[in-house]
Amino acid sequence: MNQQSPLLDANEITKRFSGITALDSVNLDVAEHEIVGLIGPNGAGKTTFFNCLLGMLRPDDGEVLFNGQDITKLPVYKRARLGFGRTFQRIELFSGLTVREHLLIAERVRRGDGRLWKDFLNLAKTRPEESAAAEATLELLELTDVADAPVESLSLGKGRLVELGRALMTEPKLLLLDEPSSGLDQVETRALTDVLRVVNRQRGTAILLVEHDVEMVQSVAQRLYVLDFGVLIASGLTDEVLADKAVRAAYIGDIAVSS
Amino acid sequence: MTAVEPKSSPPRGASDTAPLLELRNVYAAYGPFRAVFDVSLSIAPGSVVALLGSNGAGKTTIARIASGLLKPTRGQVFVDGVDVTGIRTFRLTRLGVTHAPEGRSVFASLTVEENLTLVFRQEAGRKGVQASLDRAFELFPRLGERRNQNAGSLSGGEQRMLSLARVMVHPPRLLIADELSLGLAPIVVDEVYRTLEKIRDSGTSLLIVEQHVHHALALADQVVVLTKGQVSFDGPADDLGDLAARLMPGVASDGQLVEPAAGVGILTPEPNGSADHPPT
Ligand SMILES: Nc1ncnc2c1ncn2[C@@H]1O[C@H](COP(=O)(O)OP(=O)(O)OP(=O)(O)O)[C@@H](O)[C@H]1O
Ligand SMILES: [Mg+2]
Repeated sequence: MNQQSPLLDANEITKRFSGITALDSVNLDVAEHEIVGLIGPNGAGKTTFFNCLLGMLRPDDGEVLFNGQDITKLPVYKRARLGFGRTFQRIELFSGLTVREHLLIAERVRRGDGRLWKDFLNLAKTRPEESAAAEATLELLELTDVADAPVESLSLGKGRLVELGRALMTEPKLLLLDEPSSGLDQVETRALTDVLRVVNRQRGTAILLVEHDVEMVQSVAQRLYVLDFGVLIASGLTDEVLADKAVRAAYIGDIAVSS
Repeated sequence: MTAVEPKSSPPRGASDTAPLLELRNVYAAYGPFRAVFDVSLSIAPGSVVALLGSNGAGKTTIARIASGLLKPTRGQVFVDGVDVTGIRTFRLTRLGVTHAPEGRSVFASLTVEENLTLVFRQEAGRKGVQASLDRAFELFPRLGERRNQNAGSLSGGEQRMLSLARVMVHPPRLLIADELSLGLAPIVVDEVYRTLEKIRDSGTSLLIVEQHVHHALALADQVVVLTKGQVSFDGPADDLGDLAARLMPGVASDGQLVEPAAGVGILTPEPNGSADHPPT
């Protein structure tokens, strides 16, 4: 880390649920343009941590700084405007709408203009700048050829990309992804991984990634944090963390990890 | 495994020589543009069948037909040689065929222990509950740590473990295992597959659908490959070898995917299983 303050700087985040300490003084930062992985056993606190960052949960202790600004007490929608993007663990697309329509709606939501509810579905009257943003995202995700297809005709892998596209329409500085490869086959996982790299390279979007597919994390993340029972047990460069004995014992077991 | 009589039993008129489960020329549509066509497969008692193919090839549809969760539009389903096409899922469960993770419901507002106790009381009787709970918590220590927590507030992976514990402690005659590893940490996936092996050794047949092809192949006697809704390979696991790359788009013999598959997939996965669905 250089002297410039990181994009995301979470300090001493603690969260308790009736007797359980789900997060215990967790420190994590993400620099601009960086891809960082957050891994750990089931129930380690990864999703809880995301929820604290996004404002869905209020931490009992600690602070979240974004671009140097303290956002710990900011409501969810204000964080989104600052540049948080996320995808949901369960895919939430609307059947009957096309891929392009999903992106256009996301664009209108971002601007939150009066047109939204009036014109929500009147997508024929699209402003040029809306279309340009949607087309650029379609191209980035290689979804141009299915732009007019209803989402329910897509494969799960493409559906996941539409979700990602929708998050990108809000022009996030930081994307939080919770198990994005879950349910995808290996070909689809590889395609998703490629897209994440392209998004990161072309738009400079920083990514914080929770995944159980170790190979996938290893192939995109520069740094890793490992949570176990709410406590950070390791952090550092990806390959070094994956070789760590405590990490292997808690999370990976005896499978081979290529280096 | 505790010594309890299995609750499930073969249907009346069952034949000793018939496959445990047979799908004969089944068809089904799922989603607006997808279908499985004329799929036949059979599972001999005690054997392990791996059902492979890219996402959207129809694997989950076949798993759901085999477990009675989906009725085929054409074709028949047999258990022990008896036609059971279209019978309700709970009846199929009584005949010993259960789908995981969907085979039993989870109640979000009940605790982990209450959810397990409900099932184990049916399977093992009041006296068998404690031994079953011990076994479940041995299998998934994490669930033991969370035994008094409401199932609805469990993490994604913990909910998955709860779904699996309910079927793995008292395995049926045929377990239809549809992507058991989804959302689980690698160390837990290994444990799940070690347990499947034990279940197999104790006489349960398995139909395994799995994205982690190498896990499925390590256990399988027989492999069925689906390509765009049709069976493109059906044979002993040993024969798969080099045929894999040709028959299964994108999958080489080592189970690694090498090229894009042309399949289409299902839009809505249910990663956390069936929280709060009423019992079927
Ligand atoms: N509302 C709640 N009440 C009580 N305990 C909770 C609540 N929400 C989460 N927990 C517990 O906090 C722990 C952390 O959960 P979390 O969902 O953050 O785990 P995770 O690391 O995302 O796990 P997974 O890999 O399985 O998704 C879990 O043990 C979970 O059971
Ligand atoms: Mg989680």
